[in-house]
Amino acid sequence: MTFDSMTSAPSRFAAIAALLFAALLLARCGGGSSSHQNTIAAPASNVQPISVNSGPNGNYGNGIFTSVTVCVPASSNCQTISDVLVDIGSYGLRLLSSAGGGALTLTLPQQTGSGGNPVGECAPFVAAVMWGSVATADIQIAGEQASSIPVQIIDPTFAALPATCQNFGVPEQDTLQTVGANGILGVGPFLQDCGPACTATGSGNPGLYYSCAGTSCQVAAQALAQQVQNPVGSFGTDSNGVIVELPAVSAPMVSISGSLVFGIGTESNNSLAGASVFPLDGSGNFTTSYNGQSYPAFVDSGSNGLFFLDSALTSLPLCPDTSSFYCPNSTVNLSATDSSGATSEQISFTVNNADTLFSSGDFVLPSLAGPNPGTFDWGLPFFFGRNVFAAIDARSTPEGTGPYSAF
Amino acid sequence: MLCSVFAFAALGGDASSVQADAAHLQGSLQITTNASYALHEIQAPTGTRVREYVSASGKVFAITWQGPSIPDLKQLLGSYFPQFQQAVQAPKTRPSRTPVSVRQSNLVVQQGGHMRAFYGRAYLLDQLPSGVTEESIQ
Repeated sequence: MTFDSMTSAPSRFAAIAALLFAALLLARCGGGSSSHQNTIAAPASNVQPISVNSGPNGNYGNGIFTSVTVCVPASSNCQTISDVLVDIGSYGLRLLSSAGGGALTLTLPQQTGSGGNPVGECAPFVAAVMWGSVATADIQIAGEQASSIPVQIIDPTFAALPATCQNFGVPEQDTLQTVGANGILGVGPFLQDCGPACTATGSGNPGLYYSCAGTSCQVAAQALAQQVQNPVGSFGTDSNGVIVELPAVSAPMVSISGSLVFGIGTESNNSLAGASVFPLDGSGNFTTSYNGQSYPAFVDSGSNGLFFLDSALTSLPLCPDTSSFYCPNSTVNLSATDSSGATSEQISFTVNNADTLFSSGDFVLPSLAGPNPGTFDWGLPFFFGRNVFAAIDARSTPEGTGPYSAF
Repeated sequence: MLCSVFAFAALGGDASSVQADAAHLQGSLQITTNASYALHEIQAPTGTRVREYVSASGKVFAITWQGPSIPDLKQLLGSYFPQFQQAVQAPKTRPSRTPVSVRQSNLVVQQGGHMRAFYGRAYLLDQLPSGVTEESIQ
């Protein structure tokens, strides 16, 4: 006989109500839920299933994975690549070649530049570069198709890493072990991974694109249309942005499922539905205020955690074994305010000990956080329990022209 | 002869190298001073803004950068570049996508942001002038 079965019906109702209330509180603390709708779109031609799980290596914490089909342009010569990371903090599809331990075995046509030389790319992320060739592919995701667009093939055997790329200083990621995925699907609010800077010649060119003769590569100007492209921008009707939809998470879990929805206000299943619109500046940022200070801020499904400030400003200690994450002794609840233009919203979030989270055997970690000077990086924990919209630069939506974030 | 990447003074270097480099800069250089240090701000043709903090004794004790791409950190970190590379390339126990956060007894190097918008800073913990906090280096 349990204690509960001894109670009268009215008090049992009260106990259940209290439990439900506690569950709601937990959802707010851990999942960072918002007052706006959090729905997971049902299967449709503009809906791609996604999952937060341990990834192809079985050890990835807080990454969204999905499948992407690539084809030799205008052919039925295709390959479906699983375990591709969904990232709205970057732009363009990058696939890890089999030479790097990735799944891609299909040979896609190499892009060539001036003089017929193969084009290489050093794609910069904040803590790594990805090196390889630029190829052309048709891309199919759900019922959407982007025809004949530039993609990056991450390939450690493609030419020598140029000095300009080495001098970015961060390590090269070109193996399954270091990437932790078979590729990265960059579907953020810009169309190209570099933009106007890479069209420049001379000292104004930052050195992402290269003309490669043999194993020797030189920095080369790259026209916008030849740069690695966000595939969503080339879709038929749903080409103005995406929605990342994941359920609320109150405690660490092994995996969760959600939807990546293409288009904003283009179908019956992708309206803004009351989400707040945060217009982005030319760098792709809105503003986050914390303790009276303002910082450039962005939402980024490709960041494992919430990354903000430092130990001095937050009183959150770094982990003993890594300076990339916070390791408080007990749960810490914080809040900050996101704003842009007339839109403002207070965001509550929770930080727990990263070492404890990583040793839990779970891979969905709603309170993972770490330091980050200068910007507020609202990484994957922010997405749990929120529909997060990324509207593409210069594309129109019913609620205005991109780039904007909405949630 | 100019390299394709123009030169900055490096972390730990002296102020005279900033002045010498200024002649080669294709971007603009602005210098402001306060009681603790001189701030050299350089706008590079790539769109990246670099700030170098020079102490009263003439040493570059901190550098910050922000812009659409990562600047030449070999150039900016100078003799500290190998130490940074060794720290940032140390194998990880699991794949992760986090900002750069190197913190050693003498050197801090951090970089965050996202593709098309990078923010970073590097400073020498044992050479911060008195009264200059880590938070003030932006």
